[in-house]
Amino acid sequence: MKRPPSPPFWRLWGWPIALGLLTIAGLISALLGDRIWDHLSAVALGIPVMACLWFGLRR
Amino acid sequence: MTPTTVRRWAWIHKWSSLVCTIFMLLLCLTGLPLIFHPQIDAWLGNSVVAPDLPADAPRADADRVLATGHALYPHKVMQYMSRDPGEDRIWNLTMADSVTDPRYTSIAVDARTAKVIAVPKVDGTFISVMFRLHVDLFAGLPGTLFLGLMGLLLVIAIVSGVVLYAPFMRKLEFGTVRRRRTTRLKWLDLHNLLGIVTVVWALVVGATGMINTWADLVLKYWQHDQLAQMVAPYKGLPPPVALAPMQQVLDAAVKLEPGMDFGFVAWPGTPFSSPHHFGVFMRGREALTARLYKPVLVDATTGRVTDSRALPWYLTALQISQPLHFGDYGGLSMQILWALLDIATMIVLGSGVYLWLRRGIKATAAAAPGTHGAGAEAAAPQALLARDAA
Repeated sequence: MKRPPSPPFWRLWGWPIALGLLTIAGLISALLGDRIWDHLSAVALGIPVMACLWFGLRR
Repeated sequence: MTPTTVRRWAWIHKWSSLVCTIFMLLLCLTGLPLIFHPQIDAWLGNSVVAPDLPADAPRADADRVLATGHALYPHKVMQYMSRDPGEDRIWNLTMADSVTDPRYTSIAVDARTAKVIAVPKVDGTFISVMFRLHVDLFAGLPGTLFLGLMGLLLVIAIVSGVVLYAPFMRKLEFGTVRRRRTTRLKWLDLHNLLGIVTVVWALVVGATGMINTWADLVLKYWQHDQLAQMVAPYKGLPPPVALAPMQQVLDAAVKLEPGMDFGFVAWPGTPFSSPHHFGVFMRGREALTARLYKPVLVDATTGRVTDSRALPWYLTALQISQPLHFGDYGGLSMQILWALLDIATMIVLGSGVYLWLRRGIKATAAAAPGTHGAGAEAAAPQALLARDAA
């Protein structure tokens, strides 16, 4: 029995990988310095958190 | 992925998470106040604040600071004196009945006037109870190592969860939450969504937490390895009769490392020195280097530097892993994000248990005839998790 073709890789993994890379950038940037690096980190880590809230809470 | 492969990964995911979930929920719950411990200490009045003095007020001689401690506790001996990063106005003295006594008292002394600022409570505070539950379940090193093992299971659960994300999501757009069907389906989608969005954070915090559980062992290894080499020439010598003045010890360390700040000083006989040395642990001034200590060994009698070398890679790795676990290196915004990600992880853990408890629902559907083949693809992976659990 033939199974249907798998979905394109990027359709399945595109967002998870993008959010994962943002998380890594956020975790590292605040280690490198203070002030601007901390702000960068807050934005980079904030986007995955916003994604949780947006997709988790929308009706 | 073949159904057999999915079933194997599902088995790994189910058992690794079921075993560690209750402990992970405890760690998430106790970790939440620990993220905000500076603020909580301040609210409860447990934090130490230096009195306002002109910024250029001269620093008191270190031996006067020590004399203040000895005047307060004449029968106790010094173990450590330390400074918090970026706070050079306060010396924290650690004193106890002997140099190796674990029941210590902490005294905060003004580094400018050499007056006592506070004697902070060490045990029994809200934060210290949360800390013990988080670090060793009040069971010492075995408790810590046990939690490390649970952390390893968490890492396995996360990795297997990522593998399972593909078969579950093959027919769905990213972020889909099917709310209008069964409650179980809604929570399955939320479990997958929150799990995959927070996966890197959870993996980093889980793995660095696990590494931290080995801190005591790694430190012991360093003492037997490098520290032992550094103090080898003093082996077998009688213990020092009189200690060199502390200010002389500090000055010697600063002369060697003028670009660094004091982290802490370990008295002779503590685990961070030898019977014949003060261990002066210097740290850098930048965001990253402030996390990395450099030990300077100072002869306890003469006050001269005898050896200094950078920490080995395994202690450097340990020290860099710590902020990545604590989330204490990016200000208040990072603390808040850490807390939100912690809560998201608790939802993933809780929904995982719920999905397992309600596993019968999909299993019945999957067992029905005619559900094999292409038509049942979307339901199949859920059934796999449920079926072999039933």
